[in-house]
This record gives sequence, structure tokens and C-alpha cells, in this order.
Amino acid sequence: MTAVTSPAPAVTSERTWRFFRENGVYLALAAVVLFNLIATPNFASLRNAQLQLVQVAPVVIVALGMALVIGTAGIDLSVGAVMALAAAMVAVFVEQSPWLAIGMALVAGVLAGLLNGSLVAFLGIQPIIATLGLFVAGRGIALAFTSGRLVEIFDPTLAALGQNRLWGVPIAALLAGLLALATALMVRRTQFGRKVIAIGGNPRAALGAGLPVRRVLLIVYVICAGFAAIAGTLVTARSAAVDPSFVGLLIELSAITAVVVGGTPLSGGKVRVLGTVAGAFLMQLVFSTLIRHDLSDADARMVQAAIIIAAVYFQRDRGAK
Amino acid sequence: MTRGEPTLQAIDLTKRFPGVTALDSVSIDIYPGEVHALVGENGAGKSTLIKLINGVYGADEGELRLEGESVAFAGPRQAWEAGISTTFQEINLEPFMTVAQNLLLGREPMRGFGLVDVKKMNADAARLLRRYGIAVDERRPLGSVGVAVQQMIAIVRAVSTDAKVVILDEPTSSLEPNEVEQLFRVIRILRDDGVALLYVSHDLDEIFELCDQVTVLRDGWRVHTGPVADITRLELVATMLGRDVQDVRSSGKTAFDIEGRRIGEPVLAASGLSRHRVLSDVTVDVRAGEVVGLAGLLGSGRSETVQGIFGLLRLDDGEIKVNQVVLKRGSPAAAVSEGVGLLPEDRKAEGIVPTMSVKDNITLAAGRSVAKWGFVSSSKVEEIVGKYVDRLQIKVTDLDQSVGELSGGNQQKVLLARLLCNDPDVVLLDEPTRGIDVGAKAEIQALIDELAVGGLAVILISSELEDVIEGSNRVFVLKEGMVVGELQGEAISEDAVMDLIAHAVTDTRPESA
Repeated sequence: MTAVTSPAPAVTSERTWRFFRENGVYLALAAVVLFNLIATPNFASLRNAQLQLVQVAPVVIVALGMALVIGTAGIDLSVGAVMALAAAMVAVFVEQSPWLAIGMALVAGVLAGLLNGSLVAFLGIQPIIATLGLFVAGRGIALAFTSGRLVEIFDPTLAALGQNRLWGVPIAALLAGLLALATALMVRRTQFGRKVIAIGGNPRAALGAGLPVRRVLLIVYVICAGFAAIAGTLVTARSAAVDPSFVGLLIELSAITAVVVGGTPLSGGKVRVLGTVAGAFLMQLVFSTLIRHDLSDADARMVQAAIIIAAVYFQRDRGAK
Repeated sequence: MTRGEPTLQAIDLTKRFPGVTALDSVSIDIYPGEVHALVGENGAGKSTLIKLINGVYGADEGELRLEGESVAFAGPRQAWEAGISTTFQEINLEPFMTVAQNLLLGREPMRGFGLVDVKKMNADAARLLRRYGIAVDERRPLGSVGVAVQQMIAIVRAVSTDAKVVILDEPTSSLEPNEVEQLFRVIRILRDDGVALLYVSHDLDEIFELCDQVTVLRDGWRVHTGPVADITRLELVATMLGRDVQDVRSSGKTAFDIEGRRIGEPVLAASGLSRHRVLSDVTVDVRAGEVVGLAGLLGSGRSETVQGIFGLLRLDDGEIKVNQVVLKRGSPAAAVSEGVGLLPEDRKAEGIVPTMSVKDNITLAAGRSVAKWGFVSSSKVEEIVGKYVDRLQIKVTDLDQSVGELSGGNQQKVLLARLLCNDPDVVLLDEPTRGIDVGAKAEIQALIDELAVGGLAVILISSELEDVIEGSNRVFVLKEGMVVGELQGEAISEDAVMDLIAHAVTDTRPESA
């Protein structure tokens, strides 16, 4: 190769790289769907679609909040515990009124978010440590509320929320879709969304430009925990029972994976909402595909781990150390 | 006294970084038993020179000789092993180990079976500490003693392992006055022992008190080397700033024509700004239509003053009034909403948001002018951005271009546009023209004048004295965190500023009020 022509391939490879980095999740999702259409019997059925949607909905909702937090270069480890907390609230208050129960679940979420957000925004504690507190304590509090037992729930309103469909689409999935739309709108079109991105992109610049950095951080953590509470309520409604030991267990990992696989960098300054939704679907489908094709749960987890590492690898800035 | 052979010779060292020659053929000889001062403003090349000497960088051209032998280091560790020690290079210090363990790390006296003879180690350490007059219990963990003592221990450890050259990079910047004295005592003992010392500092008092030789760097060149005794303070300041004293004196004033400007009420009045060891009772004000310059050497408190006003630097004391309203302290958001804007010194670290577009960077802080009910109107954004792109002549391929792709000058204009879209009453410009090309620099200077004529109050900081002199209606001169003089109108001259910097007495380092 001569010196004259050498720059061209470099540019091409840079473009290719960027294309894969930004759209890899959609290509991967399409590939998995295509594989299933060919190789998995009954994949293209309404029943299966509904099942997948119901299963992915809580992950999508939690991942949306997580995407905002990660956009500020933070992280929220407590989302699973907050789901358990919300579920415990439902269990405690459902006998008085299902609406009160839902309301209290949301209140618990907001309070959890205020705690996380205050630690991060006002005390300046690193997000991973700040949210570790509730990660550990939240589930404990939830167990205390339910006296450590599995609580069965017999309530028609909640049951409807968990099992009914509108135009064939499970309500949980509709809700997840609505929240995704709202989040995307917020990120792209509102002042608040731009502030979130600016804080993640360069916190000192955001402060210097006069943005209310602390308030924005606080709100972001409240939204994230609030979304987790919604997810906790949906899971409770669907399973008609609450066991705080298991509600939302390990969901923080699925959510973080969905966000990262979807193209939002862990270093902040960018939020990809559609990518996050696609990331959640991708992980859900990969997992269910592997199980359907008789891989053990343990093997499936290893594949999941490989995808996470690959996604983070593609995310890293090329040329940077 | 005969000086003998230099311990360290740097010969024609050149270091280039992409787009800039950081050091251009600089030579320096450091003799045993001498303290050699290295001075220069920001970007003069001091830290590049140090990093070439202690092996952090390799030189593009030139040679390094240690005791007459040509040497090349692959890294700081090699330089250290060869006998070139740099303070602040805490690579070999362990905060959780005791002072004695640190002093004798790697060469502890042994008792057999791989056991350390702790008693002997402590006794050896105590002897070393006594010799250099450092009063500290050798059994205390290093992390529990003061920064000054830690530094001295690093130095003592270095020389007790045969360091021949000790580089001190602004060693006093975080020390109390009595600690400075203690450090100087140690440095003098080393000097008398025949160690060659390179001493980097901005503090003229320290240089005249402690150093034997002085080398001045400017813009990557060595502009002066000679005995400290042979240079006056004024000459030294002039050399650092690239001014010729005689020239300045004969040409007299270079006063700026302020006619035609409406200079009104004070828009911003900051009084008694104090912060321990940084600022001491700084009082400045600026009126509508006025450009007020802050002059002083690096580390004199120029940037800290505007950061304190804007709320980025926590103050111990002081009051800031904007349009007669007392500003909430420590809140840049409050400052912005009262009509204050800051153009930060470090464009990359504190200014641009690299993940956002040109458009979003400009309108980042623009509130209601681009949004309704919190929703950003893209047509309004484009209108405002278009206006400033035209007015400031920002060169972009399109408005959605990533701001990181722009040149330094254009990034600076983006940040200026961000300030202006908030329609401020007063702007604090910290080094608005540093690191940008000549054309953009002239454009930005013209813009600052234009803004002031339009009634904006401007506080201007520049390490180029000329820019401050020519662009300002009034100049506050700072030294060691204090205002040592205020010059107005025809009294503003480089001579007057340098005279204040060189001779104003600031008996102690600033203390909190």
C-alpha cells in the first residue's frame, strides 16, 4: 500500500467501527430474532410474543431509569431492592385498597430515590457506594414489612393489572412502552434531558455553566427508583404473591447490561433510550433462546456474561487507552 | 568558590507535541552545592523540562548528562535509581508504614531469618531525621504527619540513597510559613552537602531568599540563566513576562483610549474575599461598560478571585454584590441567574461538554429563551445558535457537529456564545485567548471591546501582560492572594504593573481573616 492511499481505509474502518458501536444492538437483536424464526418451533406465535413481552417489561422499565443514572456517569445498584420494597408495600396495604397499595409502593420508590440522590448529590458519595446502602438494606426492610414470609395477594384490580391485555398487548408491556416513549422524549426534547447529558459529559462544565447539578442528580435518582417501584408493583401483580427475598433479585445486572449493550457509555454524557429497550429485548431473547435450545441455566449465564464483555469492549473509545 | 563540573547537564533539549513545540533547544547546567531556580509562566515549558530530566518523557532532540556521562531514562524509576529524585513523586512512599520504614524502605537493617531489626531501623531513622533537623517521631505512620514533613522525608530518603540531583516542583505551594522555613533548612543542608537542586517556584521572595542561580523559560525557550545575585526583581519579572524593562520605561504608557465608553454604576462589587492560603481580603469591582483586568503572576490569585466570585471556589469570607443584590455564596447557578457568567481558564476540563453538539453546547444554559414548559424548541435553538455563529464567526460544518472536532479558537467562541445567550450583566473571562491562533485571538479581543462598549461589565484575566494592559480600563494587581495595587487610565503601564509585582510587600502568605 502506498502512503497516498493509506488514509482512506483508516477512515472506512473508523466509520464501520462507529456504525457497529451505535447500531450493533439492533443488528444483534435482528440476528437473534431471525435465528429463532428459523430454528425455534412456535417462536412466531402470539402466545410466545405475549410471554416475552410480559417477561421483558420489568427489565425495560428498570433499565430506562438506569440509563438516565448512567447518563450522569452514575450507577444505581439498589433497583432490585427497591422493587422488593415496593412489592412489600403492596403486600402490606393491598387489603385496604389496591390503589393505596400502588400509591404506597410509588412513595417507597420516591423515598428510596431521595435517599440515593441525596447521598450522591449533596454528600458527594460515589454512586456505587451510595446505592450499595439500599442494595443491602432495602431488601431487609422489605422482609421486615412482610415478616419474612411469602404473602399471597388476592385482589382483582391488581390481578387485572398483572394479567389483562389491551389490544392483545399485556398491560405491563404497554406501560413499559409508554415509559420508554416518555423517557425518550425527555432525553431528546427537554431542558432536563440536556442537563442530564451535560452533567454526565462534563460535570465541571455543567456546574460552570450554572446548571443546578445537585437538583438534577437528585431527580434522576428519584426517577430511577420510581421506575423500579413501578416494576416491582407489576411483578407483584403478575405473580399474585410477594416474596421480598426474590422480587427483583439481580435485576440491577440485567438493567445495567441492557443499558450498556444498548450503546449508552458507562462514562456518561449520552443516553440511548431506544438502544436500552433493544438491549433489554436482546438479553431476554438470548436467554430464552438458550433455555429453549436446552442449554442449562448456568451455560446461559455464561453466554450473557460474554455478551456484556463484548458490548463494553465495543463501547470503549477507540484510540483512547 | 569553584563550581567544579555540573552534576546535571541538559543540552539542547527539544520536545514536540502534536501541533506545538513545548520545549525548544533548552540547555541547563545544575552544579553541585547550588540551588537552581526554574521560573516561567504557565506553558513556558517548566514541567516539560522536568519531565524530560526525570524520565517521564523522552526528548525528541538533545542530550542529558549526569556527572559527565550521557544518560537516557526509560522512565522515572530509572532516573530515580540513577540519582535524580523529584519531590511529589510519591511512588516510593507508603502512607500506612511508619516514618522509619519509609526512610529505610528496601534497605532495612536485618537480623537474619529475613526479620527486620526494628530497633536499629528506628535508631538509624532517628539519626537521619536529627541530621536534617526534622522533628518527628520516626515510629508514627507517614500518613499521620503533615504534608511538609512527608515531603522532607521523601527528600531525605532520596538523598540518603545517594540522590545527586533533587528536583523540587513547587514544594511550598501547600505549606504553612513555618513549614516553609523548615523545608528551606533541609534544602540548605542538602546544598551544603553538595547536592544539585532544581527549584521550581512562582514565589519571587523564595527565589531571592534561597536560590543561587535562576533560569527563566518562556514559550518553550530559555530566555535567561544567571546568578540570582545579578538580577533585580523587576528584571526577573520583566524576563518572565517577555518585556524589556528599558523598553517599557522609555516608551512610557501604553494606555488605552477609553473615550466614547459609557462607564456607569458598579455592576459587580466583591469585597473582602478570603480563603485560607489562597486569597486574602481581595476587593474588586467592575462597572457597566468597563473592562477590569486582573494582573499578577501565576499563583497570585487571579483565577481564584473570579472562581470565588462565581461560586466555584469556596470562600472563608467575603461578600459579592451584583446590581446591589448580595449573591448567594458557593452557587454558580445563583451567580448565573443574577447575570454573572464565567469563561473558565481550562476550556476542555471546565468548559465544553465533549459528548454534545455545537448547538447544544451553546444553548446548554440558555433557559426560557429556547424552551417552553421545559421543552426545548429546536427552531428557537437554531435561531439563537445561528445568531451567535454569525456574530462570533464560529467556523462549523454544521450545527450538529460534535464540539470536540472544533479548533481551540472555535471552542472558545462556542463557550463565549454560551455565556452571551444568557444575556449577562457581567462576564468573568479567565484567559480568553490562551492557546488559540492569532486570528481568533484578535477576533475575541475585538469582541470583548465591543461587548464592553455595549454596556457589559468585563473582568479580564490574561497571563499575557500586554493583553491586560491594552484591553483594560482599570487593572488590579495581585500578588500572593492579595490586591497590591489598582491602576487606572493613564497610570496603567507594564512598568507600573511589574513594579507592583516585584516590590509590593506581602509580609506573610494569605491567612484566613
